[in-house]
Amino acid sequence: MNELVVQTAGLTKRYGSRLAVDRVDLTVRRGEVYGFLGPNGAGKTTTLRMLLGLVRPTSGTATVLGMAAGSPAVTERVGALVEGPGFMPYLSGRDNLVVLARYRRLPVSVVDEALERVELSGRGGDAFRSYSLGMKQRLGVAAALMGDPELIVLDEPTNGLDPAGMAAMRALVVDLARSGQTVLLSSHLLAEVQEICHRVGVIADGRLLRESTVTDLLGTPRVQVRAEPVEEALAIAMRLAGDDGVQVDGAELLVSLPEERSAELVRALVGAGVDVHSVHPSDRSLEDVFFEMTAVGGGRPMSEEKVS
Amino acid sequence: MTTIVASARADLLRVRKWSATWVIGAAWLVLMVLFGYVFNYVAYRSGSGSFATEGVVGEALLRSVLPANVPQTITAGTPMFGGALMMVLGAMVAASGYGWGSWKTILTQGPSRFAVAVGSLLSLTAVVAVTVLASVVMALGISTSLALVEGVDVVLPSAADLGQGVGIAFLVLLMWALFGYLLGTLLRGPALAVGLGLVWSLVVENLLRGVGSLLGWVETLTTVLPGTAAGSLVGSLGASGGPEGAPGVLTALSGTHALVTVLAYVVLLPLLAVLVIRRRDLA
Repeated sequence: MNELVVQTAGLTKRYGSRLAVDRVDLTVRRGEVYGFLGPNGAGKTTTLRMLLGLVRPTSGTATVLGMAAGSPAVTERVGALVEGPGFMPYLSGRDNLVVLARYRRLPVSVVDEALERVELSGRGGDAFRSYSLGMKQRLGVAAALMGDPELIVLDEPTNGLDPAGMAAMRALVVDLARSGQTVLLSSHLLAEVQEICHRVGVIADGRLLRESTVTDLLGTPRVQVRAEPVEEALAIAMRLAGDDGVQVDGAELLVSLPEERSAELVRALVGAGVDVHSVHPSDRSLEDVFFEMTAVGGGRPMSEEKVS
Repeated sequence: MTTIVASARADLLRVRKWSATWVIGAAWLVLMVLFGYVFNYVAYRSGSGSFATEGVVGEALLRSVLPANVPQTITAGTPMFGGALMMVLGAMVAASGYGWGSWKTILTQGPSRFAVAVGSLLSLTAVVAVTVLASVVMALGISTSLALVEGVDVVLPSAADLGQGVGIAFLVLLMWALFGYLLGTLLRGPALAVGLGLVWSLVVENLLRGVGSLLGWVETLTTVLPGTAAGSLVGSLGASGGPEGAPGVLTALSGTHALVTVLAYVVLLPLLAVLVIRRRDLA
């Protein structure tokens, strides 16, 4: 699990005066599902394009599967769906995959397997242009899966999928990881990323803000306490969780303590004569952390704000 | 080498199943038949001249539709509408994939940019070759039928003449197809590439040749332009497009000069296209 499948060092891409990707150091380990997060325009897709050799870096290096990113020896071991599915509209879904299989010198049997895997076998003979957005997306994923690549790069694979399709895609990604394939997943569905990714990288304004396991990123679980008087409760909580481990939010305290230590906290508060009105866990979601880090919508998710 | 062959096979599949390829090929055949046979033969039978055959004697009209004239018939339309159609095809083959995102999908599948580009150029060349062969078969079939209907001897062109005609038609159509391919690659969109290519091939070159009679340096420039070279190469075959001259057929350059110029374009245009494809970001 520690072998690096993707490694970038100071990876930078500049378009004229605009810095799209700024000295990104990214690592993806073999067998993991890596979530690549960032707001629109953060530099995610440009980074993925550099890893696939579609775009040349301005500076820095990127190695994929131990070789220079973008070399044919690498890309034939990588499956990718980047920035939406791109196919010939007049060809059937199946013929589109046959064209790709011919480029890779793969037998036609892989086409049928890939269509089966994304549940498109029944519509494989229909023209790509007649597909719904979700079907187009699934065909893109099928193309990425052909030939059992070692690394699969999926850029927003659940775009356009209905809830059942999203669940199927989630199961597919988990299944890929179980079978030993490494998945680099860019998604704006943060709950989904939290559920299936081992590690994540958060990028904003072209810079990689943080790269860690999901657990580390979420940090220590917190306990939300409503108690009076607040000043006394705060002093006791700080004694247990440390000065930095307590936040005051109006009449409530947010105490950074594992849930199993909440009883200890309650005993201490009650023992000191503090009235405890309520105690409950306050888990931070990946979405909370993401918005804190990227400060989109003033640190809180906006109702229709898309994150990609 | 195997990756280039694999790429060419893959590209041939997508080009073969594209209705645009068949429509353009069919348009060329229809125009060749109309201007090479239908109008001349109707004029011959009716004894009246058309805009293209005015003043031409009946015997010359009949000769133009007989099998011996097949090399001239299949080449006469290539500098003008044949070339324009192949230019459209080349531009679409190269440029459509940028709009659809299919080049991006293909390049993330493993083949090198070089192999993809060369494979695509090879499949375009194959389409042009098949188009020329279809022209020959159709021209031989129609002209033989007309000879039989008219009760004249069926005299086929010599193998050398036919080979020369086929070679010239192939080179001229290929040059224009490659011209379109380069434009499509540079502009990354079929509409602009087709528009600019047509304006160049049908308008700009003709205007420059007109201006060339007034300005020496422009005249020198026109001697290396693709349209002048293609027209002169076809003109060197005596392909007057039927009895009395066809649009785009010229005698401005010697046959050798024209051939060298066309060959230079056939080599340089794909080299430039491959160079651009290899160097450029696919963003």
